[in-house]
Amino acid sequence: MPLRAKVASSVSRTAAALSRAAGRGDGSVIGGWIGLKIDPELLAHLAAGRAIALVSGTNGKTTTTRLATAAVGVLGKVATNSFGANMPTGHTSALAKAGSTPYAVLEVDEHYLAQVLDATDAHVVALLNLSRDQLDRAREVAMMAQLWRAALIRHPELRVIANADDPMVVWAATPPTNHDQRITPPQVVWFSAGQRWHDDSWVCPECGSTIARQDNQWWCTGCPLRRPQPQWSVEDDGVIDPTGAWHKVQLQLPGTVNLGNAATALAVAAEFGVRPVDAVLQLGSVTSIAGRYAQVERDGRLIRLLLAKNPASWLEAFDMADEAPTLLSINARDPDGLDTSWLFDVDFSPLRGRQVLITGDRAFDLAVRLDVNNVPFRHVRSFTEAIQLVPPGRLEVIANYTAFQDIRAELDRVL
Amino acid sequence: MFSDSLRIVWVYPDLLSTYGDRGNALILASRAQRRGYPVEVLEVRSDQPLPATADIYLVGGGEDGPQALGAQRLIADGGLHRAVAQGSVVFGVCAGYQILGSSFFAKGTKYAGLELLDLSSDRGPSRAIGELAGNIDPRLGLPPLSGFENHGGRTRLGPGVSPLAQVTAGIGNDTRTEGAWRGKLLGTYSHGPALARNPALADLLLRWAVGVNQLPPLDDTWSDRLRAERHAAVATAARP
Repeated sequence: MPLRAKVASSVSRTAAALSRAAGRGDGSVIGGWIGLKIDPELLAHLAAGRAIALVSGTNGKTTTTRLATAAVGVLGKVATNSFGANMPTGHTSALAKAGSTPYAVLEVDEHYLAQVLDATDAHVVALLNLSRDQLDRAREVAMMAQLWRAALIRHPELRVIANADDPMVVWAATPPTNHDQRITPPQVVWFSAGQRWHDDSWVCPECGSTIARQDNQWWCTGCPLRRPQPQWSVEDDGVIDPTGAWHKVQLQLPGTVNLGNAATALAVAAEFGVRPVDAVLQLGSVTSIAGRYAQVERDGRLIRLLLAKNPASWLEAFDMADEAPTLLSINARDPDGLDTSWLFDVDFSPLRGRQVLITGDRAFDLAVRLDVNNVPFRHVRSFTEAIQLVPPGRLEVIANYTAFQDIRAELDRVL
Repeated sequence: MFSDSLRIVWVYPDLLSTYGDRGNALILASRAQRRGYPVEVLEVRSDQPLPATADIYLVGGGEDGPQALGAQRLIADGGLHRAVAQGSVVFGVCAGYQILGSSFFAKGTKYAGLELLDLSSDRGPSRAIGELAGNIDPRLGLPPLSGFENHGGRTRLGPGVSPLAQVTAGIGNDTRTEGAWRGKLLGTYSHGPALARNPALADLLLRWAVGVNQLPPLDDTWSDRLRAERHAAVATAARP
């Protein structure tokens, strides 16, 4: 590593440590920010010599990154940005902090995938899904798919692990061969993780025709785009690998969506030569992820925290949650997106029959939504008030991003 | 028009549904049912013919590609024009509002609209994102508009329509006026579930559809609180 990069890396680690010691944060962003100021090429220098996998998509990337890190861990030390700091500053911090490791698995914000692919020259990228998320500032779904597509064609040696169930991902992962420059697109390994949310992929990104669906198949009614045959898929409580062998997956994380994330993690690890039979044993070691799925006991209430940031992830959260009293908390601060319109894209009727409490900056938006949805609820001013209103036993908490962080802070940064 | 049940058509949810547009159909249905009107909500996809005999048509927001495609299919189908000729109510939101005019821009290209409202839309100098508020045309007898806008368009109104509101916060058509209406056709840049924050506007559409001057009041505690909170937020943001 050049001297400038060494200095930058060392300062970056020190800044991160100082930030943690000062109680200003977990240091996962500030360190990288300072390091990149000193050496703009720092991420590339830190990435050099490591086998790197990137994980990107609208939902599930933090969890999948954590599972893939555990799976690749069979081979040796793995650097990762486990705090969900998923932009280049976070990647820089993570690699600087980890020191020399043969492997890295990095979660990447979907907007930064092209930039991070170029900087790290990653070996593998896992593309999970693309759906509407924070539309007041995020790019439109089709435009994001186009950006991914353009990035992938620049990396013909890359191995792509992509979700066969999401038409937008399939289209993004299969750029056409560039005959003029004789560039063939990277090879793709397909996984099937299911897709509950279809409302962003009714129109074919290739030709604009309607996408038809039946059972778990989908196809464009106007061009050849259709669901590819997946090599990895979920069946019952396990994962089928490309040889057809079924592996039981025992996760400590709830919901079928996490079985899909496990399949993706196994596919990523397999690209580094980890046998599924070895990797699968590691997956059970993952418990909570930056507070997500964490369980905390308070005054006899067993509280579980679920993060739901957009319509697709709310549907998954209802699937994960038990039939128990449920607190919903909604904010609309910058990191959440300022627009609450998406509340009407979520069907809250699975909550009927449960005791529902609501809170957060934008609880009234949620109140109007639940009223129209015929879901009875009660508004509370604080998390503490909510705890007092529910009987001892399970309390499910489903919150969007900053609301989730607020509650985590109230629970003393559970990890 | 209105016979045994109130028929609400959600036009092309496969194309024109980006920002919780479903909410407007749900809110209208809920407010009608609570008054004892039987309701039927029809989701008509873009590969299906649009029925011409429903009472209310909802045309929602969409990304550029789907907006252009939606307009082309609506022109080819002709169902919405026939419905308007028969006196149906049309509520257009964001991209759906632009489609009702004579032309709009999508992906840098000018597209023909349905020419149901005398207005045309261009690309603006900047994207309008944030709270939108305004005083509604007094002839409609409604409290102030409250909404959230997210669009890159600017809309010029012709003499054949009236502005829905005079802007007090946000951009709307052009920072001065917002939305437009004529007869039983009404459009707004207040996007997505615009009626969630404007229950009186929802009731106006219902009154037009069922042909009554008044509807029994509903418990709007939560909408009222939401409106008060949003108007206060806009006022706080405007303070120097």
